[in-house]
Amino acid sequence: MEDFANDIWVFIEQRGGTPADVSFELLSKGRKLADTMKVQLKAVVIGDGIRKLAEETFRYGVDEAYVIDHTDLHDYATLPYSRILNDLVDEHKPRVFLFGATIVGRDLAPRVASHTRSGLTADCTDLQISDVTYLGTEFKDLLLQIRPAFGGNIVATIIAPDTRTQMATVREGVMEMHTLDTPHGVKITEVPYIPNEFDKLISIIEQHREESKVNLKGAPIIVAGGYGMGTKEKFKLVQDLAHTIGGEVAGSRAAVDAGFITHERQVGQTGVTVRPKLYFAIGISGAIQHRAGMQEAKKIIAINTDPDAPIFEIAHYSIVGDAADVIPKFIEAYKSKLK
Amino acid sequence: MHNSIVLVKQVPDTSNISGKVMKDDGTVNRSKLAAIFNFEDKVALEFALQIKDTCGGKVTVVTMGPPRASDILRECLYMGADEAYLITDRKFAGADTLATSYVLSEAIKKIGNYSFVFAGRQAIDGDTAQVGPQTAEKLGIPQITYAEEIVDVTDNTVRVKKKIDGGYEILESRLPLMITVLKDAAQPRPFSAKRVMAYKGAKSLLELEKMAEGNSLLYSDKLVYEYRSRSLFIPTLTAEDLEIDFARCGVKGSPTKVYAIESVVLSGNDPERVENSKAGMNSLIDKLLEDRILG
Repeated sequence: MEDFANDIWVFIEQRGGTPADVSFELLSKGRKLADTMKVQLKAVVIGDGIRKLAEETFRYGVDEAYVIDHTDLHDYATLPYSRILNDLVDEHKPRVFLFGATIVGRDLAPRVASHTRSGLTADCTDLQISDVTYLGTEFKDLLLQIRPAFGGNIVATIIAPDTRTQMATVREGVMEMHTLDTPHGVKITEVPYIPNEFDKLISIIEQHREESKVNLKGAPIIVAGGYGMGTKEKFKLVQDLAHTIGGEVAGSRAAVDAGFITHERQVGQTGVTVRPKLYFAIGISGAIQHRAGMQEAKKIIAINTDPDAPIFEIAHYSIVGDAADVIPKFIEAYKSKLK
Repeated sequence: MHNSIVLVKQVPDTSNISGKVMKDDGTVNRSKLAAIFNFEDKVALEFALQIKDTCGGKVTVVTMGPPRASDILRECLYMGADEAYLITDRKFAGADTLATSYVLSEAIKKIGNYSFVFAGRQAIDGDTAQVGPQTAEKLGIPQITYAEEIVDVTDNTVRVKKKIDGGYEILESRLPLMITVLKDAAQPRPFSAKRVMAYKGAKSLLELEKMAEGNSLLYSDKLVYEYRSRSLFIPTLTAEDLEIDFARCGVKGSPTKVYAIESVVLSGNDPERVENSKAGMNSLIDKLLEDRILG
């Protein structure tokens, strides 16, 4: 075990050379963890024509990037990607290997964990490094993998004390991404890829993708409505408010299920995680699943008819009242201020 | 002809957690939650039954769990499964996804002769979505996760519509293949009344042993023989039956450990009350402008 460096690895998910945000969020987090452990941060970039992307990772604190660049690797495919990672992990045995909890990350990471018999925790919302005493044994610098469990009613801290590589997938948007003033590493290590028959068992026949015009994650102001809005007609008030103050419209899961708003605008555990400057929660009771997606907002304004709604416990400003009454008042006051 | 193996799981109903099931320390009392059939696994079974309807073949269901998991196996028989295996052993208790996938992959190898392995994308008690891919890796077969539709099946290939970020793709795979399905991918068929009548008496080995225990005139060997001959036996596989490495099962074989659990407590934050009036709105907007939150 001592023969291998205790490095932290991050899988860089990309499409056509553009990285998934979560991969760079993980690099920023990974840099901090690596500093705590006094080890190196390494990125693994697989794709076609992705050298430039590999160089970009240095601005996020990467010491060394493994690059597997091949025309056959243009699109994500389970079999070649997992085989490449299986071999790399077998060879270098990193101490930590992190993936975004995206459709790709959740498809790929379990195969690698299965092959290398590593502990893998899904959908983490926080990661820490800490010395741990577990069942009377002391472990130095373990990865604490923190995730909601049981429908979000509890938060569990998971450890994998006995495996060489501790693996985790991490939710999108929960970690902050920031660039360094001076890039860290400059080392690119090219890893050859030799296609084989197994890799070609699955082929892509068609691909359809509509780039989403909705960017909730990047919006500084979000106005979200819930089931408490009552009808689709009344939900328009939420849109009116958003338009007036220049915010994006969003909804809780209940609002999506009721057909008030589309799923791509859903905030919460099964939707998007956001951290805007200002978040309006209107007619949203504040179920734990919803709070998980918005509690990091800088300011939260809750509007609800029920003074005991749990949303008020995380709000900064509470307005008890009917949205149909409150929203027009707010819009009017706002408009007169900006005159 | 295509045989399918379907992985199903009995799960605590985490969608209906009320105060009644919370312990004093704020954690969930798992034993008080109703045990239900993980819905996405039911969709997976529907996929397998549709393959059987169009191509012929056999549908075999497998669950790993405690004895009471036989309940969902009977439901599988009611829906149309040909055979349902209970994989159960004290040695399997406390398994994480890695240990679970090891046992399931060994059970699948033992059953053998399959074109498809189906599973729900994830189970609601863990939401990890790991067991399907981990099992496929151990079987050395390809996988398509997040499946929305089976588009076409030939003798040795299948085309599957799969969800990807922002859209979907159609993939063609050689068989055998592991497919994990999304909850909206198909509507599970209702129980057939005829099949409910036929299989409501189906029993696992453990259930038959229990029957024999309470009655000195009954012997479990004889019961198994009788039930098997009436196609009412739910085959039961233990660690010994599977001839597997005990060190890779259950708690022992699970690298991930729960180190700490906290119930989610609200921050106890005291929000500033804003009066529902013109004056209240004015002062709120002033504060937001001052803090550069608005404007």
